[in-house]
Amino acid sequence: MPRLHPLGDAALLCELPPPATLAHQQQIWALGAEVQRWAGVGEVLPGMNNLTLTFDPIAIGIDVLMARVNEAWPRLRAATVEGRRVEIPVAYGGEHGPDLADVAAHTGLTPAEVVRRHSAAEYVVYLLGFLPGFAFMGGLPPELATPRRAEPRAAVPARSVGIGGEQTGIYPLVSPGGWQLIGRTSLELFDPAAEPPTLLRPGDRVRFVVESVQT
Amino acid sequence: MMLVQKPGMLASVQDLGRHGHRQFGICPGGALDVLALTLANRLVGNADGAAGLELTMGGCEIRFETDTRIALAGDGFGARLDGTPIWPCWSIPVAAGQTLKLAGANAAGVKKAGLRSWLAVAGGIDVPPVLGSRSTDLKAGFGGHEGRALRKGDRLPLGAAALGATQLARRPFGLRGPDWGPEEGDSAIALRVLPGPEFDQFTVASQSLLWSERWRITAQSNRMGSRLAGAELKRRRTADMLSSGVIPGTIQVPPSGQPIILMGDAQTTGGYPRIGVVIRADLWKLAQAPLDGRLRLVQVDMAAALEAWAEQQRYLAQVAQGLAAAGWTRPA
Repeated sequence: MPRLHPLGDAALLCELPPPATLAHQQQIWALGAEVQRWAGVGEVLPGMNNLTLTFDPIAIGIDVLMARVNEAWPRLRAATVEGRRVEIPVAYGGEHGPDLADVAAHTGLTPAEVVRRHSAAEYVVYLLGFLPGFAFMGGLPPELATPRRAEPRAAVPARSVGIGGEQTGIYPLVSPGGWQLIGRTSLELFDPAAEPPTLLRPGDRVRFVVESVQT
Repeated sequence: MMLVQKPGMLASVQDLGRHGHRQFGICPGGALDVLALTLANRLVGNADGAAGLELTMGGCEIRFETDTRIALAGDGFGARLDGTPIWPCWSIPVAAGQTLKLAGANAAGVKKAGLRSWLAVAGGIDVPPVLGSRSTDLKAGFGGHEGRALRKGDRLPLGAAALGATQLARRPFGLRGPDWGPEEGDSAIALRVLPGPEFDQFTVASQSLLWSERWRITAQSNRMGSRLAGAELKRRRTADMLSSGVIPGTIQVPPSGQPIILMGDAQTTGGYPRIGVVIRADLWKLAQAPLDGRLRLVQVDMAAALEAWAEQQRYLAQVAQGLAAAGWTRPA
């Protein structure tokens, strides 16, 4: 059962006990889909192993809301979210991925092997946060894990693909950032004029497709 | 149209925020003082959600190129319309060619009460809505006027006013707004706070310091968050947290032990422990808390938080009644 805790007077945190797993995350998405149908619930925001929902305390009291979450939880089917498959072309290395050599040095692999393993894995979008369209994904091969840069960049170029610790991700917009940049995609991750505005959504399955490699 | 002759420190188009997109990582943004923008909008006959300008620390000049009506809420920064002083929460007719000037925050004779002002203009600022809002997302660079802070020379289109010509030209009137600034006799602004999901992770000493410290608001504060300086808050254990949702008002404590109160432009998820959350009814006070000013955080329970919200809604209902009784047009 999730731990429930108010986040201020109009939001509720529902948090599963660790560890964060894909099975847990599927339950989180299922809970999000369920509570969005309830009167008085506003937005849902999946986190890693947790879900925050906003609600109107005049329409639904927090005690009633917590009781409903607890009541709904056991019958939620984890399999209700079937993500789409999304392929993301990446130009690895060179000016698009200035840290590819550093990642190779840290992991003891050749740059080409880093690219091969990064693009061979299937990733799952756990949540979007940090920036519009920024996907937190699970599935990075553990041997590719590389610590963040000692000095974060003031401006990471938009659409850069990076590795930060045990995570991989794509910067949708120019932003400060400390991840190791290994490549860049030509796809727009965030377009405020599109519906929905982001390329990726929680539950999507992502593959990086090698477009070019410069080592 | 209106012309920005001087934007001051930071001016941007904001409405009540961009809601419903947090799951895509899109922050709600919007006017940091929703109460002020709502009051200003009602005073010029706009719907509550019309877009206005959020002005930071005065020092701005705006020239109106059409006859219209304006209201300023928040700190007035010695505002003058063609030299004539105007007061916050007054509704004032403006003729084409007139200029509104707000003095700089450090100008002589300006009583420093708050940090920001909100300007509503009859008809609202008619920039195209993006994802259901006209607010400027400064970090992501979209919405508002070209997705950015206003610059000298920007011209902003105005929507059609709900008021008729007679009402637009009606002589000024005002209402008593909230007190934007510290309470009398106390130099620290009190914010009411509910304990956050990670409150129990902090040492007992840090838990009590949260409530007893007078926190200083540092100059590193912005629309993303107010950074506080004071006692160092410590956790009993320093396990890493997984990314989890944050909302405006969330008080995060990074490893430095110096809390940050998140505001409208903050990212949607965070990884720092949330020791508390400022209640919705008090967020506007935070938007007005001046840099280098002091804050007191006062622990309340859920019942008190909801009562504070209800009280604010009653005040807004009284304002609506008063305006209706005075024959003031307001769209639903």
